[in-house]
Formats: sequence, C-alpha cells, structure tokens
Amino acid sequence: MKTPANLQRRSFMSQGTALTATVAIAPGVMLYDYARARPAGEAASSAVRWGMLIDTTRCATGCDACVKACNRENGLSGETRPTDSQWMRKVDLVQEGTGRKISLPMMCQHCADPPCVDVCPTAASFKRADGIVLVDKHRCIGCRYCMMACPYKARSFVHEPVTDHSGHTPRGQGTVESCTLCVHRVDQGQSPACVEACAGEGKEAILFGNLNDPNSPISRRLHEVSSVKLRDDLGLNTGISFVGL
Amino acid sequence: MKIRRILLLLVLGLVFWAGGGGYGAWAGVPIPDLDIGQGGHCVADPLYMRLNHMNLLIHQRDQTVRQGIRGGPYSLAVCVDCHASKVNHSVLGTSRNFCQGCHEYVSVRIDCFECHSSEPRNTKAMITGQSRVVKESLK
Repeated sequence: MKTPANLQRRSFMSQGTALTATVAIAPGVMLYDYARARPAGEAASSAVRWGMLIDTTRCATGCDACVKACNRENGLSGETRPTDSQWMRKVDLVQEGTGRKISLPMMCQHCADPPCVDVCPTAASFKRADGIVLVDKHRCIGCRYCMMACPYKARSFVHEPVTDHSGHTPRGQGTVESCTLCVHRVDQGQSPACVEACAGEGKEAILFGNLNDPNSPISRRLHEVSSVKLRDDLGLNTGISFVGL
Repeated sequence: MKIRRILLLLVLGLVFWAGGGGYGAWAGVPIPDLDIGQGGHCVADPLYMRLNHMNLLIHQRDQTVRQGIRGGPYSLAVCVDCHASKVNHSVLGTSRNFCQGCHEYVSVRIDCFECHSSEPRNTKAMITGQSRVVKESLK
C-alpha cells in the first residue's frame, strides 16, 4: 500500500487533495481491464483503485433493487431492526427551501484514508491494495470501535449466530461487517451485485470501475460531469462519488 | 507447550498410522470411524494433511482475505466439497462426519463453520435447481 502508515494528522488534510490530484496528473499505462478477472495466484494491485459513481438523477425514490441484490448476494436477512445487518440503505433527501427530492443508496464509501482502519486495535479492519476496505473477520474481536469511527454509519455488527451460510460472503456472530464492494465478484471480473441490479432495472445509476485508469468509463465520466464525495471536508478521499447532489 | 505439542502429534501419528495400516496389535486403541465423503486423491498426502491442514488453511486464508490471492489449492471450500458426507451433505452433524468426527476425537473446537458453509458448493445449486424444476412443474 502506498499510503504511509505514520500519516500525521497535520498532513492528513493536504494528503487527501494530493491523492486526488495524483489520479488526474498520472495518465500512465493502463494496467488493468475493467472486465478482466485477476488470474489465480495474483494479488490485488494498487495499480487499480475500485470506485463507484452514483447518479442520483437516475436513482428513483421507492426503488430498492440495489439493496435487495446486496442482501441476496451476501446472505443478509433484509430486516431493518436495530440488531440486523444493513450493508446498503436507500436514503431519501428533501432540499430545504426548494423541496427538491433526491434518492440515493448509501453504503461503505471505501475511503483512501479510512478512519475504521486507523482505529482498529487488531488490524482486522484493513484496506486492500486495490482500495477496497474490508474486515478480516478472523481477526475482528467485535469491539465496534470502527463503527463509531465511520462518518457514514456504514458498518453493522452481527448480533445473532448466523445459521444460513448461503451467501458468498462468510459472516459470523461477534464480528463487524460492511459492504465489501462484492470483492468475490470483482476478483472474478464481474461488477458488484448492486450495480448489476440497478442496470437490470434499466436505471444504470451506478457506474463501477477503476479510478486509476484514465480511460475507464468511470474516470471519463468523472472527468466530464460535476460530482461530489460525501463529507469531502473530512479529507477521506472516498472511492464513491455522487452526481446530482 | 512445545513438548506437549510434539507428544500430541506423536500420539496422533501413531494412532492414524496404526488405523491406516490395519495393525491388529493396535485394535485396542479406538480410532474415529469417519465418513470421508467422496474421498479420492487429496491435495496432499493424507498423513501430511492430518498433521498440517490447519497451517495450510490459515496461510492461504490470510493471503486470500488480505491480499486477494485467489485460486489456491488449500481452501476450506475444497475440503468440504470432497469430504462432505453423502448422507447429510455436510462435514458436520454427527461423530462420523469428517470434520466434526476427528475434531471431537482429538478434543479440538473448530470455529470455521460459524461463518463458513459446511456444505459443498454444488449441493446448493443442485437443491435450488431441483426446487426450481418442482416449482415450474407445479405451474
């Protein structure tokens, strides 16, 4: 990983802008195809940074195809009691004054400098070389410090024993979990389940791809349209950006 | 601790050696009567696997989770695919089932299956496929 481990708080804010700038000023070699599965035995590489661009103008209020697909893919119950896991939520916003309504999916923003990784006492919370933020459940002690540190409230704690292991993601009681960007699918060259479901609904509101490749559809779109990262003031440099907020 | 570990391995090795070799003199030592499922050619020599499977699994698991290296030969899913019982399609359930039986015998608690599936990967596809056929025939 390129990010220095001893990142000082003082340089933290400037680091965010520097990283964003690197993406723009390095139109280097394209090392990766969007739809190519990584060969067996090859590690995830920092030449790739996976990200998403969510177009809220295409996202419909009342449509939760992405959330349902996420639940199905990862074996979540889909219940929304306080003790149920939610990796993805639909959020409806109303702009004050104008009354303009916006609907968008919210999940782990896959920060370049993730606070959940900073606070984890066992190094269970980690960022993979290709920018996907994950929980190594073999190490997680369930302290939930990361849940408190996350400004997006993206993580859930598994309160009950998991009996149905039908999902592709191993899940277990006493550990913290969140959106994995469907890492098992991405490693096979597929896009995340929510992206596929959204396209299946004909909305195509979520664009997924490699932010480090200037020729990828997502990078080209980010180059063309105005987009924002949520709570960009925190300087976390999220992998997820939004259009139309 | 090291001596205890060596002793344990020695005893285990003897027991399995005796069981596998079918030495009549060792008939007094009870050995687990395991349902090895499909069985066949394992990813490594069975005796080596008996003593080292946990190290192989942990090594590959860390590489897969943290570095994203996939497709290694020593995955838990591969163990389960071959060794799930043909009776209950699982490596757990009774003292005859492959993982549960042996770990019970040596008094080792396994927590793999609190998160991972104890059923082979193709069973689920088979079952869902079958139920789909049944549903469609009801239409």
